[in-house]
Amino acid sequence: MKRHLLSAADLDRDDALLVLDTAAELASLTDRAVKKLPTLRGRTVVNLFFEDSTRTRISFEAAAKRLSADVINFSAKGSSVSKGESLKDTALTLEAMGADAVVIRHGSSGAPHRLAHSGWIGGSVVNAGDGTHEHPTQALLDAFTMRRHLAGGSGDLEGRRVTIVGDVLHSRVARSNVLLLATLGAEVTLVAPPTLLPVGVETWPCATSYDLDSNLSKADAVMMLRVQRERMNAAFFPSAREYSRRYGLDARRMAQLPDHAIVMHPGPMNRGMEIAAEVADAPRSVIVEQVSNGVSVRMAVLYLLLGGAQLGAPGDSLDPAVEA
Amino acid sequence: MSVAQTPDDTGAASSSALHDTRTVLDGAEIARALTRVAHEIVERAKGADNLVLLGIPTRGVFLARRVAERIRDIEGRDIPVGSLDVTMYRDDLRRAPARALLPTDIPTSGIDDKVVVLVDDVLYSGRTIRAALDAMNDIGRPRAVQLAVLVDRGHRELPIRADYVGKNIPTSHSEKVHVLVTEHDGQDAVLISGGTTTESSATQDTTTEAHA
Amino acid sequence: MSETTYIIRSAKILGGEAADLVLRDGIIAEITAAGAASYDGAVEVDAVGLVALPGLVDLHTHLREPGREDAETVETGTRAAAAGGFTAVFAMANTDPVADTAGTVEQVWRLGHEAGYADVQPVGAVTMGLDGQQLAELGAMATSAAQVRVFSDDGKCVHDAVIMRRALEYVKAFDGVIAQHAQEPRLTEDAQMNEGALSGILGLRGWPAVAEEAIIARDVLLAEHVGSRLHVCHVSTAGSVEIVRTAKARGVDVTAEVTPHHLLLTEDLVSSYDPVFKVNPPLRSRADVEALRAGLADGTIDIVATDHAPHPVEDKDCEWSAAAMGMLGLETALGVVAEAMVATGLLDWAGVADRMSVRPARIGRLEGHGRPIAVGEPANLVLLDPARQRTVSASALQSRSHNTPYAGRTLPVTVVATFLRGRATVLDGAVVSAVHA
Repeated sequence: MKRHLLSAADLDRDDALLVLDTAAELASLTDRAVKKLPTLRGRTVVNLFFEDSTRTRISFEAAAKRLSADVINFSAKGSSVSKGESLKDTALTLEAMGADAVVIRHGSSGAPHRLAHSGWIGGSVVNAGDGTHEHPTQALLDAFTMRRHLAGGSGDLEGRRVTIVGDVLHSRVARSNVLLLATLGAEVTLVAPPTLLPVGVETWPCATSYDLDSNLSKADAVMMLRVQRERMNAAFFPSAREYSRRYGLDARRMAQLPDHAIVMHPGPMNRGMEIAAEVADAPRSVIVEQVSNGVSVRMAVLYLLLGGAQLGAPGDSLDPAVEA
Repeated sequence: MSVAQTPDDTGAASSSALHDTRTVLDGAEIARALTRVAHEIVERAKGADNLVLLGIPTRGVFLARRVAERIRDIEGRDIPVGSLDVTMYRDDLRRAPARALLPTDIPTSGIDDKVVVLVDDVLYSGRTIRAALDAMNDIGRPRAVQLAVLVDRGHRELPIRADYVGKNIPTSHSEKVHVLVTEHDGQDAVLISGGTTTESSATQDTTTEAHA
Repeated sequence: MSETTYIIRSAKILGGEAADLVLRDGIIAEITAAGAASYDGAVEVDAVGLVALPGLVDLHTHLREPGREDAETVETGTRAAAAGGFTAVFAMANTDPVADTAGTVEQVWRLGHEAGYADVQPVGAVTMGLDGQQLAELGAMATSAAQVRVFSDDGKCVHDAVIMRRALEYVKAFDGVIAQHAQEPRLTEDAQMNEGALSGILGLRGWPAVAEEAIIARDVLLAEHVGSRLHVCHVSTAGSVEIVRTAKARGVDVTAEVTPHHLLLTEDLVSSYDPVFKVNPPLRSRADVEALRAGLADGTIDIVATDHAPHPVEDKDCEWSAAAMGMLGLETALGVVAEAMVATGLLDWAGVADRMSVRPARIGRLEGHGRPIAVGEPANLVLLDPARQRTVSASALQSRSHNTPYAGRTLPVTVVATFLRGRATVLDGAVVSAVHA
């Protein structure tokens, strides 16, 4: 693994499988009396959250603490923080405090890249979501969840059909998922109205469609993305009603899925908009499981970045030492 | 923990090691040693009704299963067998990039109040077993922990000793012990290689072997 | 007017024949065969192997003063201009306060005159406060001491069609020209980089080419309809080049400029998320760069204009979306044009003189600059070494700011000397501190 995890594209197939396999081992931690491992004792992980996200921050915090790392939480409500100064000066402060890893969520695409390559900090940078760019640990936990249900919990996702539906244009979850699922051999189809697909999406390693109904009967997994109602004010779609009628996953559509197919959502959900309440709560919905898988996956990421010798200069790729 | 001598390993150290390698245990001797160890375990356990065998991956797990089979032949009863990966508890993590985890599989009956017999292929510095003890501490509280190894090659760095030993093989630090098991390597054998002072694997010794 | 007489020995005029030039009393007093000139007490400038061009004229510079002196001042900006071989710059109006009155343009004009490194010709705003709503007092600015002829809301687009029409019509009275920053505002709200496959991957809001092209198309038709001159700032797309080409073929009085960075750099650089590459209009595709080069070569694009845009460190040392848009350009312009156009065989030095001196002066109605290198003409010259490379160092620039996209890059030519009406502003490759005449 490289020194930072900024994009799902940072992981080749071997890296991705290593993370998933490590997460699988760590998932069994919850069955133990002491749900803690000493591995990151003495390491400091900073959660640098410029956007509100209780769920993701708690997930990373739990992951770090279960590995016995020290956790420092820094949250800055984006709007009141003056531009520029905040990221750099905050980073310099964290470096002075000895952060071994910085988990950053920021509203600006590319902020983790700046943090990793500017020379402000020396530790590892984990992208916990940057603007509309990427959210690699979300893609990892999504792949982990899919693997559990569709591939017996091991190996890759070769040949599995995944349909991702929603506001792809503004979705960092979609970008990371498309990249990682392609790496793992899955066939991805993005479904959205034309206004919510980015220019150039035809160059992405996936198919696209404007029609949801024709992409259900063969899907192994359907992932619904959050769609904000406010987008209609910028004319991305005429009304919430029309959006949900054409692209919402309701009970009727869910019934068209194959029996084994799972329903996913990165959260938070807009019940009634992109997903009907009864679908969110159906047995084939793995939305709650995604959350708990998030902790194991984030433990795996933190372990692989920090659990061994300090990884080299930015851009280095090191295979882990595997011993008999 | 033995140095990997699997077909997929490459490197000058292993290929040169094969040149001056001698066999110290062949398949038949290994089988006899395991049988004796199984008997010793049963004898000391006085009935074996709360025994659990935990192998240290990778080869310790196969050896543990073989010992369990022999105990079943002796006592007519199935003994729970599992595996205990100690990677997360190693004391030398920071010396190399993060290692891939190996499987930990604790039998459903758990280890609380059980007599746990750890099974490993080679006992060397004792650090692996120290890590295993710490790992078990976070899983439960055995009544007792015992240690069975196929080979004890000496050079302990911690106050750890084996209860059951297949064979004592005194070695020098510059030598390497290779344990091969059929399930993993296609044959059963214990080999020793090296012994010269110009070992290219001097650093390998400290990072791999020294933690057996 | 300067006291020193210079003999420039053996310079290649416009890259052609070598000759000696005698600069005296602010004009080119003599041009002789190489080695033949002599004058008692003259300072010799060894120009063997050097190319002599008329002093460059930049029709599009941001000097930031008044208001943002932390980024640049008229003094530091004109020092940078001189270092780049420029003898005149047109200072854009988006200062604070905006240059929308006679008073402000005269202030800028005077500051340039006092600094003495290059002639500063202020550009007047088209609308009050750049608000796009109400025309500024264009006539007052035209008759002021600054004699403004170029008007621009650059930084913002005059997007209201009626305002643009009125402005085009109004400036006919004093031979003015409206220089449009073509950017449809609604299509580019919060835009961060060129819209294309890369913007989709990087998660940065796109700035589509059509937002520039649609405005240019409208404006050339308006200019044609009202019979006025139009100048298009920083053309950045292949489609825009096509529209200008078609308009010129129809006889529309339109001129266009391209920046050095749009001749060399592409959007791939944005993948690093380094805001030094953030600029408006954004860096575009390889195909756009090729079309712009071809357009400059065939004259569809009339001039190179730097759009020199200094920004203080804190406005660039941050995440992309928080960063200001703009790049430095004065000191590297000649080197970049040499790499993009001369080294590729698209333009010779005479062509560079035309695009970077003659035509800009003509469009801006600036007298005394962009003149032929001939006896009697004002001695506004630049000597460059076409064989000496120069590695750009962000910290060693004359500009107060450091936001150059070429840091660490080696450019193919070096400016050796610059003369402003016979007075050396740059000698031996170094800026000469001005002694005010």
